[in-house]
Amino acid sequence: MAPPRKSSPGFSRRAQYSLFLGYVAAAGGAVIGAVLLVISTLNPPLFAALRAGVAEVTTPLSSGLHMIRRAIFDLPGGIDEYFDVVDQNRAMKRQLVGEREVVLRARTLNLENRRLRRLLALREAEVTVVATARLVSSTATSTRRFATLNAGRFQGVLPGQPVRGPEGLIGRVLETGPNSARVLLLTDPESLVPVRRTRDGQPAVAQGRGDGLIDVRSAGVADLPFSVGDAFVTSGAGGIYPPGVPVAHIVERARDSAPARVFANPDALDFATVQQPFLPPLPPPPEAPR
Amino acid sequence: MSDIRASRPFEQPTPAGIARAVPLLTVMLGSAITIIPVVASFPILPPFGLLVLLAWRLRRPDAFRTWEPVLLGLFDDLVSGQPLGSAMLFWTLATLGVALVETRLVWRSFAQDWAAAAAAIALCLLGGRLVATPLDAHVDIALLLQLGAGIALFPLAARLVAYTDRRIGR
Repeated sequence: MAPPRKSSPGFSRRAQYSLFLGYVAAAGGAVIGAVLLVISTLNPPLFAALRAGVAEVTTPLSSGLHMIRRAIFDLPGGIDEYFDVVDQNRAMKRQLVGEREVVLRARTLNLENRRLRRLLALREAEVTVVATARLVSSTATSTRRFATLNAGRFQGVLPGQPVRGPEGLIGRVLETGPNSARVLLLTDPESLVPVRRTRDGQPAVAQGRGDGLIDVRSAGVADLPFSVGDAFVTSGAGGIYPPGVPVAHIVERARDSAPARVFANPDALDFATVQQPFLPPLPPPPEAPR
Repeated sequence: MSDIRASRPFEQPTPAGIARAVPLLTVMLGSAITIIPVVASFPILPPFGLLVLLAWRLRRPDAFRTWEPVLLGLFDDLVSGQPLGSAMLFWTLATLGVALVETRLVWRSFAQDWAAAAAAIALCLLGGRLVATPLDAHVDIALLLQLGAGIALFPLAARLVAYTDRRIGR
């Protein structure tokens, strides 16, 4: 194959200079890129406004594409449901009769629980929902795990608020734009969540691995054994995530640190709920007297 | 250069502005692949913006001004989730590297282009991983798969770019 047209400028001095200046500009641009890279590594939220500006344009597009995806994926399920609706109805009626007693017992327990809590004068921070929206896209080409939420400052979403789905914790809000927000998913390598084991309340820390799983590390006892199926919920330590939200279950038997799979699938065609941080952030410390 | 225009001699040539803008816009379109409605739990998509950039650069050295990959990298950083500056740096280094290789080669074959593109993709992906993610994160297998997919998809990107280039007829 003959070589493609060269950008060599021939004998024109002017063209030679402009080519040379182009290379100088490119090298300068690379240096600027390196400087920006260092700055954004040291202070990640610095360029949030720029990213939010672009996300403001791309989020409605993603949202529209998401609607098409939902329409296509809902179709087979809808047809399938139509066919065994009678059988399902009978089975559910049977189940309902069987579970009436359980429900009654649960109601009584619930009432009793509430009364006892009132007796103890337990004060619980109330979890308030800020917004409910869909996660419409994510950083699928990057090794970082961010998702874009279709709600932003106008809907009351602010950085630091926890995001959860119906099955469990999804992550927390990192940056917000007017109508979109960037969510740090649990699976991101820089996400840390304080958790405890449901079985015995052992504290642990869940850190993302970047490959879709998270690592659960013991935070209380050294050498804590983890067995397959151990479930972990948020402990409420740190004040961001409300306690008791399901996080992950262990998939491999190990001691001290074990890989776990998150309960919430952020790619499910469903809603994510943004909540207020469990405890309000502390006021800034008073200025030291001189 | 173009057979399409040779077969249609009375067609107006594409205006110069549009012909200049098309390479830039196609690269930005490739970068914007991240807006597809999928919430991925590991890097599943190859870097399409970079593939298109390399395909244009290797097919036509005059497709971009030397400094334009800096701006394209800036746009990619804004949509890709990498820290700002990483694509600005690595994409520019990649295109400068391609320019360096080009001065040594006289006769070209697609295999050489592919090899150059593979080296450039590897530079950008590995560099991007090093600056974006802590070293102890378990992303390396996913990254290697992504790298393989990127290199394997380069001929497709080159094909699409060649088609677009013939359509704009310059």
